[in-house]
Amino acid sequence: MELLAFGDTGWGDELFYATLMTIAVSITAMLIGFLFALIFTPLKLSKNKFLNFIANSYTTIIRGVPELLVIYLFFFGGTGAVMFVASIFGYNEYIEINAFITGAFAIGIISGAYSTEVFRGAIQSIDKGQFEAANVLGLNKFGKFFKIILPQTLRLAIPNLSNVWQITLKDTSLISVTGLVEIMRQSYIAAGSTRDPLFFYSFAAVLYLLLTFVSMKLINKLEVRYSRGY
Amino acid sequence: MDIELMINSFPKLLSAAAITLKLLSVSLVIGLFIGLFFAILRLNKNIFINRLAYGYSYIFRGTPLLVQIFIIYFGLGQIEYLRSTILWVVLKEPYWCAIIAFALNTGAYTSEILRSAFQTIKPGIIEAGKSLGISNKVIFYKIQIPIAIRQSLPAYGNEIILMMKGTSLASTVTIMDLTGVAKYIISTTFKPIEVFIVAGGIYLFMTFIIHNVIKFLEKKYSFN
Repeated sequence: MELLAFGDTGWGDELFYATLMTIAVSITAMLIGFLFALIFTPLKLSKNKFLNFIANSYTTIIRGVPELLVIYLFFFGGTGAVMFVASIFGYNEYIEINAFITGAFAIGIISGAYSTEVFRGAIQSIDKGQFEAANVLGLNKFGKFFKIILPQTLRLAIPNLSNVWQITLKDTSLISVTGLVEIMRQSYIAAGSTRDPLFFYSFAAVLYLLLTFVSMKLINKLEVRYSRGY
Repeated sequence: MDIELMINSFPKLLSAAAITLKLLSVSLVIGLFIGLFFAILRLNKNIFINRLAYGYSYIFRGTPLLVQIFIIYFGLGQIEYLRSTILWVVLKEPYWCAIIAFALNTGAYTSEILRSAFQTIKPGIIEAGKSLGISNKVIFYKIQIPIAIRQSLPAYGNEIILMMKGTSLASTVTIMDLTGVAKYIISTTFKPIEVFIVAGGIYLFMTFIIHNVIKFLEKKYSFN
């Protein structure tokens, strides 16, 4: 237990901050994922074959390639890409990208592919009559989307989005390879310096279980709220 | 774009893909038995046994695969007692540690898939078997299990693909699988995009094959 003490003698405070870091990266990645879903869901539903192709390539590639490989691509390639863009604008110094941003972006792109599929499925399963009724009522495009389609989409999407959240949360453990100090990285450091990997990795497992457990409880509440009309 | 590097690294990555497939197939076979075992426990009416099986699947589904591998690979070696038993022969090899972790992980997901498949079997089918005078054991092996396997094919196909992506984590415990070799080439040549295209292409190809095999099996074993 003294291994978990707060302060200089134990790893309690370090692991606490690492847990906060995991939460922060997961939420950021999830939001980046929503942003990607916002772009790619309409493309998926569009009647234009070319736009369809782009969106399908995105979701197929990301869901068919290991997360770790995507993270390596961003970790090793991110700096190069940013420096290339910067050099176009005439900036030629070395740019080091923050591990948080690289990690959140890599996980966000992955989570975005899953979210896109979830939103596409949800919108497609909304009854056609709902769209027609909205038209008949004379709602404009925004009214139709925000008042009719979005609330129903959210209700249908939340159970599946909670799966995406779980996947995203667990995927953040992989960014430990880039050196970002989240739960996994901190456990690795602690295990290395105390030579007690069994304890620290088991404790990391408990922390992840706690995070998934608590977030499930919260999402269930959200689910109840969004289906209150049913 | 360094086309030459892409062509040169292709054979290396392809032979690494063989290791990925080996890891995948061995852990899937072991995981299937673990999954079936725990799915049957989940159907047990005894609350203790039931909870035990649920706890297993909850823990392995609620924690990242990386943690599971690290506990088995780095953690278990710390127990002095284990080092003196015959188990140590297996546990000191990173290859087997990875397989144990993968098998336990996929076993947890498989048990959930099979459990829900067992639960969706219509009671009428089991009753029909009973009224024909078939023993409970035969009903289970000849009626329930085949139907459950058919029911769970789509979900299990997804699980195979997820597991294939999961085997990439073997590279974190020094195994040179497809991702391991890709990372090695990236870190020596600093050409991440080229290597990603080749390695990702091989992964996508494997996903494509698995996807189509499952689709074929689904059609073959469909009821109508």
